[in-house]
Amino acid sequence: MATKASRAAARLMISPAVLLLLGWMIVPLSMTLYFSFLRYNLLMPGMEEFTGWTNYRFFLTDPAFTAALWNTLLLVGGVLLITTVGGTLLALLMDQPFWGQGIVRILVIAPFFVMPTVSALVWKNMFMNPVNGLFAHVAKFFGLQPYDFLAQAPLGSIIFIVSWQWLPFATLILLTALQSLDQEQLEAAEMDGAGALSRFFYIMLPHLARAITVVILIQTIFLLSVFAEILVTTNGGPGVASTNLTYLIYMQSLLQFDVGGGSAGGVVAIILANIVAIFLMRMIGKNLEA
Amino acid sequence: MGRITLDKVTKSFGEVNVIPPLDLTINDGEFVVFVGPSGCGKSTLLRLIAGLEDVTSGQIRIDGEDATDMPPAKRGLAMVFQSYALYPHMSVRKNIAFPMKMAGMPQDEQNRRIEAAAKSLNLTDYLDRRPGQLSGGQRQRVAIGRAIVREPSAFLFDEPLSNLDAALRVNMRLEISELHNALKTTMIYVTHDQVEAMTMADKIVVLRAGNIEQVGSPLELYKTPRNEFVAGFIGSPKMNLIRGETAAQKGAATIGIRPEHLAASTEGGLWQGTVGVAEHLGSDTFLHVHDHGLGDEPLTVRVDGEMAVRHGDRIFLTPDESKLHRFDKQGLRI
Ligand SMILES: Nc1ncnc2c1ncn2[C@@H]1O[C@H](COP(=O)(O)OP(=O)(O)O)[C@@H](O)[C@H]1O
Ligand SMILES: [Mg+2]
Repeated sequence: MATKASRAAARLMISPAVLLLLGWMIVPLSMTLYFSFLRYNLLMPGMEEFTGWTNYRFFLTDPAFTAALWNTLLLVGGVLLITTVGGTLLALLMDQPFWGQGIVRILVIAPFFVMPTVSALVWKNMFMNPVNGLFAHVAKFFGLQPYDFLAQAPLGSIIFIVSWQWLPFATLILLTALQSLDQEQLEAAEMDGAGALSRFFYIMLPHLARAITVVILIQTIFLLSVFAEILVTTNGGPGVASTNLTYLIYMQSLLQFDVGGGSAGGVVAIILANIVAIFLMRMIGKNLEA
Repeated sequence: MGRITLDKVTKSFGEVNVIPPLDLTINDGEFVVFVGPSGCGKSTLLRLIAGLEDVTSGQIRIDGEDATDMPPAKRGLAMVFQSYALYPHMSVRKNIAFPMKMAGMPQDEQNRRIEAAAKSLNLTDYLDRRPGQLSGGQRQRVAIGRAIVREPSAFLFDEPLSNLDAALRVNMRLEISELHNALKTTMIYVTHDQVEAMTMADKIVVLRAGNIEQVGSPLELYKTPRNEFVAGFIGSPKMNLIRGETAAQKGAATIGIRPEHLAASTEGGLWQGTVGVAEHLGSDTFLHVHDHGLGDEPLTVRVDGEMAVRHGDRIFLTPDESKLHRFDKQGLRI
């Protein structure tokens, strides 16, 4: 790919794909932008009219918005914290040679293959339910009052369920990274007098930095748009205690039939996602450089 | 102090017995080289001494103290790995400082030792670089620097030069020998290259399949190899081994004669053959002589670089009787 001719050919051949992707992105984006400036409610068809920034003003001054913003950040941050720390520990554990290693590895990735709706429902009905759930039975066995997880700690419960789904992903990536660590480096450190903890913090953790960065970036993309787990467990409630931005936009546009308001929320969400992305790249992006 | 004693040490990996019972004493200040073909257990032996592998049975003593179950860090030994095993995310300075930091040494003492090591290893200008930004030889020196600053009772080297190009290898060989002369610390050096063994060692330990074949100074091994294996392994090019009728006349199963102990002539001699490949090194020429009627293997002869012989020439060879090695049926020296 060095000559002028080959570069030109490459550009020519790649252009259909680029144009298609661009169109794919531009059309819905401009429609969203357009709708966000309209008064557009499905209950009043044919009454659309231009309203300027009204939709944005309503969306941003809605108290639910601030709550949803915090919930989104808490959800993303909480799951990231649990999965990276837990994933690192699990990867360390699974890197040790033990009997039945292969089967345990498959079992550990299993949660990743369960659909979010299904896993959230399983957690909601079989574990966290205050009457029939397993946790309630355990609590009753010890003579304790069953805890109504989804009513008392809705956001915490959702963070837990989502973490359970993403832990395998983090574990797998970190395990692969750990296995690529040169054993002689660890042996050298051992001879240099580094104990197990020092070896972890001085040798393993720096080696894992890049993999942890990848885990954080990829998970953030998906965690900003968590939806199914909220829909099937708490419906964003009680009140707005477990409503994140994605869910708020859904409520706005599909439960209140307010397409204009929902579009404005969508645009706000896009901007916020980009702020988070810039923030992340600033913070940990340098780990990705060779 | 760095006197290391191995007492009936064995090592098995599961069913595979890599080191059969082995006794060895390494004296304080000695430069000992373990040499042997690939896979003969040199690295395993070194790692047993370092404490990176557990012995299956037997005892390792360092300065008279039982070190068999001591963790590596407590043994006071420093190791230089074949892959250098530098910490890639740390600068050269931090790499060298690492063992001292782990030992909790005061910062100014650390700096003093780093400066001293960097000066003696020509690393002063590179202290703030990462290992990835250094050449192979420089990385090698960083690894040595990291070992020096600990002031260990013995250095362990596992094929430290095998990743370097030929010219650099000769250089580093010299530097390591000079380091030994300066520090007078025990060094154990593993290599499969008999040239490295001959040029650096005070004492060579020749290993085959985990067994010690012979222990001795380079010249002892060269002059009186204990068996055919050592005879063939030490010396370059290899000793010529002749079996059959010719050997029987000398009362041996095999006789050995080194290429440098064969006199070549175009006029006359004891044996004769045709010149195959002639390797001209300038000072010397090595001739591979075929059709000599002594066996299937060509004989190697060292002749003066000035001697005008070419492929296909007829040549006469006479062995120096006093330098002839004789071996019995078991391959042992007679
Ligand atoms: N961890 C191990 N598990 C099983 N076999 C091993 C292990 N390490 C080395 N070996 C075996 O021990 C023998 C000696 O290996 P090694 O000491 O590395 O040889 P060398 O360094 O002389 O080339 C080899 O046959 C090798 O396959
Ligand atoms: Mg080896």
